[in-house]
Amino acid sequence: MNREPAVEDLLRELAPQVLGVVTRRFGDFAAAEDAVQEALLAAALYWPRDGLPDSPRGWLIQTAMRRQTDQFRSELARRRREQAAALREPPAADVTDHDDTLILLFLCCHPALTPASAIALTLRAVGGLTTAEIANAFLVPEATMAQRISRAKQRIKNSGVPFRRPAADGEWQQRRRSVLHVLYLIFNEGYASSVGRELHRVELSGEAIRLARMVHRMLPEDGEVAGLLALMLLTDARRPARTTSDGELIPLAEQDRARWDQRLIAEGVALIAAAMTAGAVGEYQLQAAIAALHDQAARVEDTDWPQILALYGMLERMTGNPMVALNRAIAAAMANGPAAGLTLLEALDEPLAGHYRLDAVRAHLFEMAGDTRAAVAHYRAAASRTTSVPEQHYLTIQAARLSAPAQRPNGPPGQPSV
Amino acid sequence: MTRFMLLQNYAEFEGCPVPMSSWAPADIKAHIDFQHALNAELTDSGELIDAQGLAGPELARFVTFAGSGAPVVTDGPFPESKELLAGYRMIDVDSAARAIEIAAQVSAAPGPGGVPIQQPIEVREVMGAPSTDL
Repeated sequence: MNREPAVEDLLRELAPQVLGVVTRRFGDFAAAEDAVQEALLAAALYWPRDGLPDSPRGWLIQTAMRRQTDQFRSELARRRREQAAALREPPAADVTDHDDTLILLFLCCHPALTPASAIALTLRAVGGLTTAEIANAFLVPEATMAQRISRAKQRIKNSGVPFRRPAADGEWQQRRRSVLHVLYLIFNEGYASSVGRELHRVELSGEAIRLARMVHRMLPEDGEVAGLLALMLLTDARRPARTTSDGELIPLAEQDRARWDQRLIAEGVALIAAAMTAGAVGEYQLQAAIAALHDQAARVEDTDWPQILALYGMLERMTGNPMVALNRAIAAAMANGPAAGLTLLEALDEPLAGHYRLDAVRAHLFEMAGDTRAAVAHYRAAASRTTSVPEQHYLTIQAARLSAPAQRPNGPPGQPSV
Repeated sequence: MTRFMLLQNYAEFEGCPVPMSSWAPADIKAHIDFQHALNAELTDSGELIDAQGLAGPELARFVTFAGSGAPVVTDGPFPESKELLAGYRMIDVDSAARAIEIAAQVSAAPGPGGVPIQQPIEVREVMGAPSTDL
């Protein structure tokens, strides 16, 4: 991000509000989105030099509308007069910005889009990022990202989704679910950063948190929104302790808990406690509650594993997700011993066949049980199947640590130990 | 989204044992046009990260660290030059199935008379970020 920070923040805040107004005026989301993006670029250029206009929001709306009118002008002379007349009217004051921002978010996260295009469109239309910034964050050429965004807009246009809030019924639930999922994916992209990419990726987590905060402000009574925001905060709190300075992974049990961000933990814990006592419990709330239990343990041995095991049980019944079942097996091993965990893993051989995480967990539990030979075999199998460099390093080192004879300080690098 | 590299080497092609330098000029042009069109298509679909061809095996060198002395540099020609990498595409796609679909398109590049050369394409997933502990 190379805009001036104060102006940058203001532009990002105003972007969805302005887009809402312009979309309402012309009824064409795709064209309005382009016009607003141009207005934002113009503001980023002029405001730091000339100072803020009296009404930054009004300036952006007028500029975007003018751009769009110019666009129409080159297309149709008749419409030109109508749009010029429209421009003389002040922007409608009766539409609340919050409603528009929410509608935009629902539009950009529409289930008709692939996750990758929904993410890109959300970051641009609601987050106010430029195509270049989004391309940079995802390490994709700008032309490729521009196409992804323009195809997403085309798809929305073709699907004929109206620019309105979904009805408060099954449709609302389904659409809200995909909004939360897209925000979760954006957070993940940033959180699961790999070596050398950290700077830009961290900004994605920050952006996901900013958007989740925004949704929470607009839907304060929604427990799952609060749950997702809490989950992000409670996870992000551990970021400083999660990797070494050169990007190698540090597992939860070995993290320096003094480096966890207590301010984020306090905020996340308060959010999730309020949400869970207020109404129906959903999957993000359960995940946040589990994260909160980890974050509140001052030492790893203080972790409330029986409670975590119970929460994973609820989460598994709610989602039927085998990855949740895998985590439940870990919790069972920690609460009741490795044999309990290994027994639960047997049911996962089929749903998670060939998945490296099943091998990684099995290796860990065999190690806990003192079966070194089995642990080494599963660590190696996991290392050969992961698609993540830091994880491959971690798992390879675990296998080597357990299989190395006690006094063989430095074997030749790259040689598999027998 | 997952990244894959689609790798091509100099191995003989199923559909075309004739080296490209012996093709008719129009066939060579059709082959090159095909590659450009495919890259444009993949940019347009928001999936192309990079596409590069590598200079020929004649210019390849193998370099080996040799302790305190000068590194050992071996020039070609190499007996196994057919196994050398000829070029690659890096793509960012929704699924492994999509990567295979694109590889199949690459493998259908036209040879003499417009007949697909059926070059085998090696599809390799690029290591990415660790899965999260969320």
